[in-house]
Amino acid sequence: MATTDTKISAAQLAKQAENRRRNIFYLVLLALALVAPFVAYPVFLMKILCFALFACAFNLLLGYAGLLSFGHAAFLATGGYMTGFLLSTYSITPEIGIITGTLASTVLGTFFGILSIRRQGIYFAMITLALAQMVFFMYLQADFTGGEDGLQGVPRGNLFGIFDLSNNLTMYYFVLAVFIFGFLLIQRTVHSPFGQVLKAIRENEPRAISLGYNTDVYKLVAFVISAAIAGLAGSTKTVVFQLASLGDAHWHMSGEVILMTLVGGVGTLFGPVLGAGFVLTLEHQLSQSFLGDWVDVILGVIFVVCVLTFRAGIVGEVQKFMKKNFN
Amino acid sequence: MSQEFVLEARGLTKEFRGFTAVDSVDLQVKEGTIHALIGPNGAGKTTVFNLLTKYLTPTRGDIRYRDKSINAMSSNEIARLGMVRSFQISAVFPHMTVLENVRVALQRPLGNSFHFWKHERVLNKLNDRALELLDSVGLADYADITTVELPYGRKRALELATTLALEPTVMLLDEPTQGMGHEDVDRVVELIREAAKGRTVLMVEHNLSVVSKLCDKITVLARGAVLAEGDYATVSQDPRVREAYMGSDDTQVEGAH
Ligand SMILES: Nc1ncnc2c1ncn2[C@@H]1O[C@H](COP(=O)(O)OP(=O)(O)OP(=O)(O)O)[C@@H](O)[C@H]1O
Ligand SMILES: [Mg+2]
Repeated sequence: MATTDTKISAAQLAKQAENRRRNIFYLVLLALALVAPFVAYPVFLMKILCFALFACAFNLLLGYAGLLSFGHAAFLATGGYMTGFLLSTYSITPEIGIITGTLASTVLGTFFGILSIRRQGIYFAMITLALAQMVFFMYLQADFTGGEDGLQGVPRGNLFGIFDLSNNLTMYYFVLAVFIFGFLLIQRTVHSPFGQVLKAIRENEPRAISLGYNTDVYKLVAFVISAAIAGLAGSTKTVVFQLASLGDAHWHMSGEVILMTLVGGVGTLFGPVLGAGFVLTLEHQLSQSFLGDWVDVILGVIFVVCVLTFRAGIVGEVQKFMKKNFN
Repeated sequence: MSQEFVLEARGLTKEFRGFTAVDSVDLQVKEGTIHALIGPNGAGKTTVFNLLTKYLTPTRGDIRYRDKSINAMSSNEIARLGMVRSFQISAVFPHMTVLENVRVALQRPLGNSFHFWKHERVLNKLNDRALELLDSVGLADYADITTVELPYGRKRALELATTLALEPTVMLLDEPTQGMGHEDVDRVVELIREAAKGRTVLMVEHNLSVVSKLCDKITVLARGAVLAEGDYATVSQDPRVREAYMGSDDTQVEGAH
């Protein structure tokens, strides 16, 4: 076994080196994120961060549990509406509004999950879509959502009663903190004992069952965590834009998050962040150019190209390239 | 019903939209034996496995484990009871390392499998045991390799190590030597013989020389029903068995003599 021991430690060393490289990468990104609002428009950056978090939540489910949800808009919207309603109606601080909104999405996610988790593949996607459509029509009819107009002029308030969020820079650093919290939670979930079981289920569910795992319950937990983080993204977004609208509940939104995740790289931790940044920047640039009316078409083409030629997404393809050439 | 049978099925039947794949099968597996389930292609062997482990719900019939009905149990509960199956096509977790494959089987008893907030390094304390198991199937040197890169025969060995990690009382192996070359077959036979010590094994196997070497008792299935039962000598002499094998596996029956 002596040879094995040395081999293990060699592999561990390689892993440590990789971790070190990854940590440096994240530190550089953090530094960039900290100075970014001085270079770019903070509201746009916050938009990217909110959608990046939303995409990360979605990716936890698709990339690490192998479940394609077509109803994630419902969680984004529920967080947003709940937070928007509370902040507009009661004089509470924004963090309480965001936490409550996140909880509302968690509850909704539990409900969705229980109804859908036993279904496989396309049936799972269809049930989540159907449930999300029900939620959409409910929000369309309900009073507290403001119907077609949505909730406008949601006050940002003072974080913890202290920090005035109407200052865009303060708001930005708060959103960045929320994003980092969500991102780290996902990263931990993926690299946890739970994450190992989830990976086993994604790789070979019948085998995981034969090892004694009640796989439905594990998938349900992953679904609920994903819904919660999607809700957190929606709640935060409402505070940023002071707006909760039907657009967030629309199935377009569920499609858009799939696009962001695929373009960036499914099943990679950083892919969805990059994907969200890419899609939103492109949308933004196009809408200001003469191609403004063609945004959806162009995104559609990108989607098709991505699925046909580089399925692993930007981060996935880069990883493949590195593995091939530098190993 | 008797204590000497660890696993018993009575009148086990499975109908798929009018087609009866398994037809009133009675099966009694004695504690501590290696029991083979053989039969031509499409005889219903895998379906019997799926029924015994509840991957399929029987249309009719009773299944008892240690004289206790398991009719109402789900697959994962049956596994936790100590009855662990393998699959006809190799069932590994391809993008996990070889070590992780075994470790995920060792992990459940720790009770932290839902702890999504803990770092996976808490699992490292299982590495020694995992390596021991890998060593027992000759895979210790491959511990850090991504499983998808293993050759087929090694994957099947890994599957066995993963199954053994659960310390099962009953192992159900579906064609453990299928698709293997000669040396691999011999090695797996030795592994099974070793693994079967102190356990009960029910295995589906096409390779009759393997069956003759390993198995204490043989049940022959044809068109979903039990055709013959007994030790190798009895079964291989049975004219009905030879006829059932004609055409498809005739040569193997002959070859095994
Ligand atoms: N899910 C299913 N739906 C319909 N028919 C099925 C299903 N599963 C198995 N069958 C049929 O039941 C019969 C028995 O299949 P089974 O896989 O149990 O055979 P087997 O003895 O394991 O064969 P092999 O030696 O080829 O593995 C076959 O005719 C098969 O087509
Ligand atoms: Mg079979």
